[in-house]
Amino acid sequence: MVQTVLGQRNDKPGDPGYEESLARFEARIARGDKVEPGDWMPDAYRQQLIRLIHVHANSEICGALPEGTWICHAPSLKRKMALVAKVQDEVGHGQLLYRAAETLGKSREEMIDELISGKAKYSNVFHYPAESWADVCVIAWLIDAAAIVNQKMMAEGSYGPYARALKRICYEEAFHLTHGYDMCISMATGTKLQRDMLQNAINRWWEPIMMFHGPSDKESKHTEQLMKWRIKLKTNDQQRQEFLQKYLPKLFNLGLTVPAEWNLKLDPQTKEWTYAEPDWEKFIGVVRGGGPVSAQRLETRRLSHEQGRWIREALTAAARGQRAPMPAA
Amino acid sequence: MSDLFNLKNLPTDLKPAVVDLLYRLADDSILIGHRNSEWTGIGPILEEDIAFSSMAQDKMGHAAAYYTLLHELGEQDPDTLAFMRDAHDFRCCQFVALGNIAPDAPAESPDNCNNPTRDRLMAHGDWAISFVRQFLFVQADVVRNSALESSRYDPLASLCRKIRGELRYHTMHAESTLRHLAHGTDDSRDRIKKSFVYLWPYALGLFEATAHDQALADACICPTQADLQREWRARIDPMLADAGLTIDESVQPKFGGRTGKHEQALVDALADMQKVYRLEPTATW
Repeated sequence: MVQTVLGQRNDKPGDPGYEESLARFEARIARGDKVEPGDWMPDAYRQQLIRLIHVHANSEICGALPEGTWICHAPSLKRKMALVAKVQDEVGHGQLLYRAAETLGKSREEMIDELISGKAKYSNVFHYPAESWADVCVIAWLIDAAAIVNQKMMAEGSYGPYARALKRICYEEAFHLTHGYDMCISMATGTKLQRDMLQNAINRWWEPIMMFHGPSDKESKHTEQLMKWRIKLKTNDQQRQEFLQKYLPKLFNLGLTVPAEWNLKLDPQTKEWTYAEPDWEKFIGVVRGGGPVSAQRLETRRLSHEQGRWIREALTAAARGQRAPMPAA
Repeated sequence: MSDLFNLKNLPTDLKPAVVDLLYRLADDSILIGHRNSEWTGIGPILEEDIAFSSMAQDKMGHAAAYYTLLHELGEQDPDTLAFMRDAHDFRCCQFVALGNIAPDAPAESPDNCNNPTRDRLMAHGDWAISFVRQFLFVQADVVRNSALESSRYDPLASLCRKIRGELRYHTMHAESTLRHLAHGTDDSRDRIKKSFVYLWPYALGLFEATAHDQALADACICPTQADLQREWRARIDPMLADAGLTIDESVQPKFGGRTGKHEQALVDALADMQKVYRLEPTATW
């Protein structure tokens, strides 16, 4: 953290020199510079990034849960290996992102505690259960697709460590997407049982998917500032539209449908999809912990963290032991 | 050395022995992979979650490769072998099928994710058991694998040479983690010790000799189980001593797995594993 000689960061409005530093900072952002951990940054920028990266990291490790549940049931050797690999990647992304957030001054322990206590959020889609194997297919294809739209954009963002983590994450997510699409093709071109399983899963997941990119631009309170500082480069509605344009045709090509109440129509003039507005109050209720399995998700994370306590303590003790000087011979 | 055997020239009288050996290798691999992957996404620390997932994946890959060798010898295709056989057809040792839970854990666990195995693991899972099993298994795996690298059955030997590199990471992980946990806290030492005592008789089951033991050794296809066990002990004894673990030499091994006699643990693991596949066995998933 860059500090002045007086030990102040001068990173809040009203601090001495804040306006000048802010102007230099915003000029750097406008030039397309990456901001690095030791650089001066407004406190608001730091806090927004911590919030975003923390939510993203939480989403990765909570996202490991619905799919992880199905590893033991995966119906072929190939699918079993691929699903372990995928969920392993998600956990790895979580680890990578917690590290990126740590560069801004918040520890992993603190972030996991806030997740478990319900103070910190994670993506709306992981508040829902994976009820059948087809749900795993839908998550791996469509939710990962929606996530890629978001993460590709964020990878061009202004904070160096986050952007670099996202580049690597996007690379791995591209494999997940291929794996997810491949699973959906197998199901969609399979037996009647498989096709029905898949269509039912899409029906169940379509609402959370429509909500995935967050509240409509009319309601999203963070977007303007985030875009100015190049933390975010597209609005929620733009990302949602990009997802629909890219994936709806593929979905229809597989003979699948979207529940009629969404009223999805391609506007022939704008070439954009129009749709029934998601219920954003419901969305907010879900991400605040009111989703179908929100309580179970946090309980699982809490139990997992508790089970790890003795290992963390042992590793810390062992590390201390190793650093101690060797006794003289 | 005498000529190598391959698919074409494997003597008919040796074929059942080779098939039996491959089933043991394949079934050990899929079960340890399956059990280790139960921790994927809920491992007690992120780093071990990732390590266990990665090793589970490797073992599933090895299983698929051994099943493929079996298929080439006229057995069914790899997925059918993994997903359509019942417990009594499996030739894994009982050790690899054990759950990741202490035997004295309470029977009940709350419903958290609509998956009883995972719910039980969350409520009563014992990662010390999983880790100590992994340590003992991988040391046996590496001993067996390096012996088989010069097996006279060439398809197996060349597969084992490919596997060697992956197992190196498994042993590195096992050895350094054992050191850390054994030299960590009193609690971690106790947990490791308790798991070790529970697992040891099962671990000896890795080396249960089958009716084909001597024939495979005479044909230079695989050393006897007694030889492999001696090598395993030579490897692990110093590491166990360093970790403060003492071996009770009077313990009776848990045999039976190699002839298809299994505990409920395998029946449960297969019920999980085969659940979706058996919804529609002719489908492509």
